[in-house]
Amino acid sequence: MWKTIVRRLLLMIPQLMALSIIVFVMAKMMPGDPFTGMITPETDPERIEELKEELGLNDPLPVQYVQWVKNALKGDFGMSYTFQRDVASLIGERAMNTFWLSFVSVILLYLIAIPLGILAGRYQQSRLDKFIVFYSFITYAIPTFVLSLLFLYIFGYTLQWFPTGGSVDVEVEPGTIQYIWNRFYHILLPAITYAILGTTGVIQYLRSEIIDAKTMDYVRTAKSKGVPMRKIYTKHIFRNSFIPIAAFLGFTITGLLGGSIFIETIFGYPGMGQLFVQSIASRDYSVICALVMLYGFLTLLGSLLSDIILSIVDPRIRIE
Amino acid sequence: MRRKKKRYRKKGRNVVFREFQKDKIAMVSLILLVIFIFFVFIASLFIDQEALMRINLYDRYSPPGEKYILGADQGGKDILGQLIIGARNSILIALAITLLTSLIGIVVGLICGYFGGWVDHIIMRIIDFFVTIPSLLFIIVFVTLVPKYTVTSFILTMSLFLWTGTARLVRSKALSESKRDYVSASKTLGTSDFVIIRREVAPNLSSLLIVEMTLNFAGNVGIETGLSYLGFGLPPTTSSLGTLVSYANNPAVLQQYWWVWLPASLLILFMMLAINYIGQALRRSVDVKQRLG
Repeated sequence: MWKTIVRRLLLMIPQLMALSIIVFVMAKMMPGDPFTGMITPETDPERIEELKEELGLNDPLPVQYVQWVKNALKGDFGMSYTFQRDVASLIGERAMNTFWLSFVSVILLYLIAIPLGILAGRYQQSRLDKFIVFYSFITYAIPTFVLSLLFLYIFGYTLQWFPTGGSVDVEVEPGTIQYIWNRFYHILLPAITYAILGTTGVIQYLRSEIIDAKTMDYVRTAKSKGVPMRKIYTKHIFRNSFIPIAAFLGFTITGLLGGSIFIETIFGYPGMGQLFVQSIASRDYSVICALVMLYGFLTLLGSLLSDIILSIVDPRIRIE
Repeated sequence: MRRKKKRYRKKGRNVVFREFQKDKIAMVSLILLVIFIFFVFIASLFIDQEALMRINLYDRYSPPGEKYILGADQGGKDILGQLIIGARNSILIALAITLLTSLIGIVVGLICGYFGGWVDHIIMRIIDFFVTIPSLLFIIVFVTLVPKYTVTSFILTMSLFLWTGTARLVRSKALSESKRDYVSASKTLGTSDFVIIRREVAPNLSSLLIVEMTLNFAGNVGIETGLSYLGFGLPPTTSSLGTLVSYANNPAVLQQYWWVWLPASLLILFMMLAINYIGQALRRSVDVKQRLG
């Protein structure tokens, strides 16, 4: 077990290195340099050259790469040129927003998906089951940005149940209960959208797991011993079907990261995804590089997490 | 021998047909989608694209019904015409990406699965890497990197990142297929590897591939329109359903001028659902265990 985890962790090193090289090459290929946006007819070209020299933009590429990695390891990803502040703290702030959004989303996701999955599996082929399967089919097929826009239109603008942008209202005082509630209120609508989009996998999995469990020997034994059906479900089937669900957490994290670009942009939520889109638009390449690295790292971590949880809870797939 | 093969094929088609008969929603989806695609392609022949994209400030946000059936956008451009051209573009581009990624995926997957060994090992490590990177971010960065990007470069960029799923699927199937007796029999007869792959292994994967391609097609429609929505998809001169939806980024449009973005959103939803239903029915007809009929 520990061997597997260590091996997977070691495997991440070359993967991250390859990722960093690609990111670096990409950054260098980007049209324009960080000063393009700041050049006005009055700017002195010599001053620009001086600045470039100062930032090491004229060094040979391998030197720049090593310098970049060295700094990155120290947590220094350079300066954001549009925000005029250092990238690490900028991303840190946005990452916290994305973390809270993801946190609420994951909780909502399991709150919706687990009951639906259980009901669908328990009452297989009933009308309820058919409805749940239909629901999970639609949420699987609908693109993230379409559902987000529809929700924003319906619940944000038309019914006005939720705020339509931002992460917190300006007038509330930080640190108060009101502030926390206000932030939660802003997270709620994007989180519900996220959660609904992510339920498909968990529902399908739980449903088929429960249907499978019905035919298992231990269920038949319990039945023949006269244990009531309700008890068989709560004591045996659910317990067995639940555990692997935990492994979905890793996949969910990966999925959330991909969707964050759309959700945060549409709901105007200041997280990493929105920052990424903004930085691309303004060619803020130190931010772009740092974000791509971070997303890559988190994706790797997510799949590792899934594998670890799976191998803990399901001995059948334990890799030796 | 030949007759047997023919009969078998006919049977295969019957299974698909039966499956669609049993699944009413899939049947309806298929019919609606075919009608829709025909309509879009024929109607687009009668639309003068230059006249369509010309700006008429007089008709700015004119509501549906007055002068245009579905109203006009902020440039006074007819929404219905843009929907038709946009749908056509989105379908064609998703189709091109699907074909290209399938081609790469099939070739790579067959090579890996059939030959195995170190070739497989190296290629699989590359695929693993592709799978772990956040492809959406990379596509976005790439699209902005290409200096003069066109529809072709967009298709190529997308394909570069989206072929790995098919490759993995084909590999796993080819791996088990190449251990079958008929392959070793063919080998002892002296058939070349290329012929075995092309004539014997590949046809056995075809039904699986049709399902994979159908579902990929739906996915690609989603990704293309999504990227166009964000502004990193098709160049602004080429209309896409995603671009129409992106007008909703302006809160005023989202709130008041629903006819600009809502029809395109619903159209995307319709296409995704229909293609997915068809794909599911096809999948059931391929997998004996899941069949309804």
